Amino acid sequence: MNTVLKDEPDDAKQYLTFRLGGEEYAVGILTVQEIRGWAPVTAIPHSPREMLGVINLRGVVVPIVDLRLKFALERADYNEFTVVIILNVGARVAGIVVDGVSDVITLTADQIRAAPALGRDADTDHIVGFGTLEERMRIILDVERLLANLGDTCNSNGVLK
Amino acid sequence: MTLDLAQFHDTFFEESFEALDSMEAALLKLSAGEVDAELINTIFRVAHSIKGGAATFGFSDVTAFTHTAETLLDQLRAGKRQVTPELVDLLLRSGDLMREMLEATKHKQVIDKARVAAVHGEIEAILKSAGTAAAAAAPAPPPVPIHVPGDEPERCGWRIHFVPGAKLLRNGNDPLRILRELGTLGACTVRVDAKFVPPLADLDPEECRLGWHVELNGPVPETQVRAVFDWVEGECELHLEAFGPMGNAAPAPAPLAPSLVTPVSGEARGETPIAEPAFVPVAVAVEAPRPAPDPAHAPAAAAVADESAAASRSAAPASAAAPAAAPSTAPSTAQAHSGEGGSIRVSIEKIDELLNSVGELVITQSVLSQLAAPLDGAEELRSALGQLERHMRALQESVMRVRMLPISFVFNRFPRLVRDLGQRLGKKIELRMLGDTTELDKTVLEKIGDPLVHLVRNSIDHGIESPDTRIAAGKSAHGVIELNAYHKGGNVVVEVSDDGGGLKRDKILAKARERGLVGADEELSEDRIFNLIFAPGFSTADVVSDVSGRGVGMDVVKRNINELGGHVQIHSTPGKGSMVRIRLPLTLAILDGQLARVGSEVYVVPIVSIVETIQVRREQVNSIASRAQVFRLRDDYLPIVRLYDLFGVEPDHTDLLDGLLMIVEADGQRVGLFVDELMSQQQVVIKSLETNFRPVTGLAGATMLGDGRVALILDIPGVIARFQSQQAPTRDPAQVAA
Repeated sequence: MNTVLKDEPDDAKQYLTFRLGGEEYAVGILTVQEIRGWAPVTAIPHSPREMLGVINLRGVVVPIVDLRLKFALERADYNEFTVVIILNVGARVAGIVVDGVSDVITLTADQIRAAPALGRDADTDHIVGFGTLEERMRIILDVERLLANLGDTCNSNGVLK
Repeated sequence: MTLDLAQFHDTFFEESFEALDSMEAALLKLSAGEVDAELINTIFRVAHSIKGGAATFGFSDVTAFTHTAETLLDQLRAGKRQVTPELVDLLLRSGDLMREMLEATKHKQVIDKARVAAVHGEIEAILKSAGTAAAAAAPAPPPVPIHVPGDEPERCGWRIHFVPGAKLLRNGNDPLRILRELGTLGACTVRVDAKFVPPLADLDPEECRLGWHVELNGPVPETQVRAVFDWVEGECELHLEAFGPMGNAAPAPAPLAPSLVTPVSGEARGETPIAEPAFVPVAVAVEAPRPAPDPAHAPAAAAVADESAAASRSAAPASAAAPAAAPSTAPSTAQAHSGEGGSIRVSIEKIDELLNSVGELVITQSVLSQLAAPLDGAEELRSALGQLERHMRALQESVMRVRMLPISFVFNRFPRLVRDLGQRLGKKIELRMLGDTTELDKTVLEKIGDPLVHLVRNSIDHGIESPDTRIAAGKSAHGVIELNAYHKGGNVVVEVSDDGGGLKRDKILAKARERGLVGADEELSEDRIFNLIFAPGFSTADVVSDVSGRGVGMDVVKRNINELGGHVQIHSTPGKGSMVRIRLPLTLAILDGQLARVGSEVYVVPIVSIVETIQVRREQVNSIASRAQVFRLRDDYLPIVRLYDLFGVEPDHTDLLDGLLMIVEADGQRVGLFVDELMSQQQVVIKSLETNFRPVTGLAGATMLGDGRVALILDIPGVIARFQSQQAPTRDPAQVAA
C-alpha cells in the first residue's frame, strides 16, 4: 500500500484511455460518469452531424456525440460493441461514442506536453496536451470544453441541413 | 441571557412585507369609499406590529417613522379624523416608505433619510392640525359617545406600575426598551420593585422578576402611554394612574388577566396584540354606553376592563364581553388577515426535488406497464400496476398542487397601479377582478406578473379614453378594466379587458405597411392584424408618454407568455373596448401532449396548440408555384408544414392523402402539420434540452416515453417560424441562421 503511494507523486492523475480511428485518446477519470453500450438515440433536428441525438439516461436527457464525426474521421457502424462514455462535468452530462475503451493510466504533470499549435489543419481547441507513457502517446481531451461547446459548435456551423 | 434576535429578522421582514400588502389593500378599499372600522383596524394593526417588531430589533428609523404614522392612524381609528382621499394618499405613500425602509434595513442599505423626513413632516403637519380637526370631526359619524379619559390635555402625568411576566424576556421583549420609550414621552422617575426576586438559589436568570414604578411627567394621552406597553400586553401586570389636575377622569385600573391571555400570546406576537378584538365602534355605542368613571361596573369582566378604560384605542364588541371569546377571536382575525391557517413555509427547491422524483416515478411506472402488457397470465400484476398508475396520478397531482398559488398574488398589485396611473392620466377607472382564487403554478405566476402589468398599463393608457371623450361617446365617465382568471380545459385563462376605444385596426395596418411588416396590398385577417402589435418596437401611439407608447413591451409580453408555453389572443371592437386573452398551462413541469409519429420518430404536440386533426381530401389541396402547398379549411387557406421535411426524418408517407394533417395554431396563425399518424394523448414530463445541450428552435424540450425512449416536444410557434424562414430564405436571413 505504502509503496503504491510512493510510486504516485502528488501531481499524478488517472486517465481513461480509448481508441478512436487508430489513435489513443484520454479523458480525466473523474469526468467519467459511466460507460455504456450503444442504444438507439432520438435525433435532434437541425443539429450538427456529430450530434447523434439524445438518450434517456435514468430520466435525464443526455446528448450523444460521435467523436469520430466531431474530429472529422470516417463514420463507423454502431453495433453491440460500440461504446459510449458518459462524461459529467459541472452541471452538464453528455455521452461520446468511441471505438473502444482501452485502459486506465496514471500520468504525472511532467509526462504531459502541451499541444503544439497545429495551424488550420487540426482543431486543437479540445486538446489539453499529449501524455506519453511507455513510449505511446495519448491525446488528452479537455472534457469541460468539449461539453460546454456542444451548442457553440452548432452555432458556428450554422444551418447544417 | 441576551437572545440572538437576528435569527428572527427574516421572519419579521417577511411578515412585515405581507402585512404591508394587506395594509395597502385595506387603504385602497378605503379610498374606494368603503369606510369600515375593521379596515382601519387592519391598517392600524399593521403599523403597530411593524413598529413593535422594529423597536424590538432596534431598527430605530423604522420605529420612529411608523410611530408617527401610527399616531395618525390611531386618530382615524378613534373617529377623530375623517378619511379623506388626501389622507389615504399620504398613508399609501407612508406604506411605500415603510416598505422601502424595511427593504433597506434588510439589505443593510442606507435609508433615504430626506424622503423619510419629508413624509414624516407631512404626517406631523396633519397631526398638528389635530385640535381643530378633532373638534370638527367629533360630531361626525361614526360617533363614539364614550367619554375618553385619556385625551384630556390638562393632565399632568401618570403613575405607572409595571410588573412584567416571568416569561417576558423569553418572548423577545425587553423591559428596558419599554422604559426607554416611556422616557421619550416625558420626564420619568423610575423605581425598581424587587420584592418578587426569589432567593439566589431559586433564581432563573432567564426569567424576569423585577417590577417598576414609573412616574411619568407631562400631559401625555393615555393612549400613548398604553401604546408603549402594547407589545407586552397580556404578559405583564400594568396599573396606570393619572395624577395632577385630573378632575373626574378615571384612574383606569387595568390588571390584565394573564391567565386569559398567556396561552395565545405566543401566536399572537408579531401579528397583533392579543387584547384587541375587532373594533366595532357602533356596537360599543349601543352596547356599552356606560359612564366612563365607572369601569368596574361595566358588563365586561376583567378581561376587557382594559378596553373599557381605553375605549378610544380599541373597543370590545358585544361578543367579546364573554371572557372566553376574547382570546379566541384575536388570533383568528390575525390568521385570516395573513391568509394562511396552519401552514408551513417550504423552500421551492425542496418541492421541485419532490416533483422531479415523482416525474421519474411516473416514467418508471409507465415503463413497467408496457413491460407487463404482453405478459400472459399476469392479470394480477396488471391490475396492481393499474392501481399503481392511479396512485401515481394522485401523488403527482398533490405535488403539483403544492406549487400552486392563487392568482391573487399577481392581481393584488393592480388596484394600486390602476389607481395611481388613472390619477396621473386624469382618467376615471374602475378595476374589477374576477376569479382571483384561480390557482397557478408558482413559476408561471412569477413570470405572468410583468406581462399583465404591461397589458393593464396599456389598457389604462391607450384603451380607456379620457372622461370627456367617454361621455361624448355616450359611455359612462368611469372606464372599466376587468381582470378575469378561470380554468378551461387544463389551462388557465387570464383575460385583461377594458371598455375603451378598442384597437385601431386601420391605424395598425397602416403603420405595419409603413414599417414594411406587411406588404402594401397584402390582406390580413383580423387576428393577424392585432398580432402585429406584438412586433418589436411597434407602436401606433401618436405621442410617447412615460407610461407607454414606445413600442417596447408588447413584444416582451408575448415573448414571456410564449416562453411559458402560453398563447395570447386579442379581441377588439372599435368603440367598445378590447380584450387580451392569455392561455397558460397550469404548470411548466407537465404538459398535455398529443403523440404523433413521423417515420420512426415520435413527437409530442402540445394539446393547447392543436385546433383539430383531419384527413385531407385531394380537392382541398392547392399547389402554389411548384412547391408550396396550401390547404383549404372551410374559408381559410392554410400552409402545409411537412414535419418530415422540416426535421429531416424518413417518413412512411409523403402523399398528403395517406397521412394526417394536424391543424395547429400559434400567434393567431394556423398551419397544417403533416404527420404519419396520431398516437395516444398523455401527460408528459417536460425535460429541458438546454440543460445538457442547447435550445433548439421548434422544440420546447424532450420527454421520456413509456418505452424509455426520448420524444421531442414541439414548440408550435417555433415550428411555424422555422417553416416560414425556410419558405422565404431571402426575407430574413438572420432567422435562417438561428
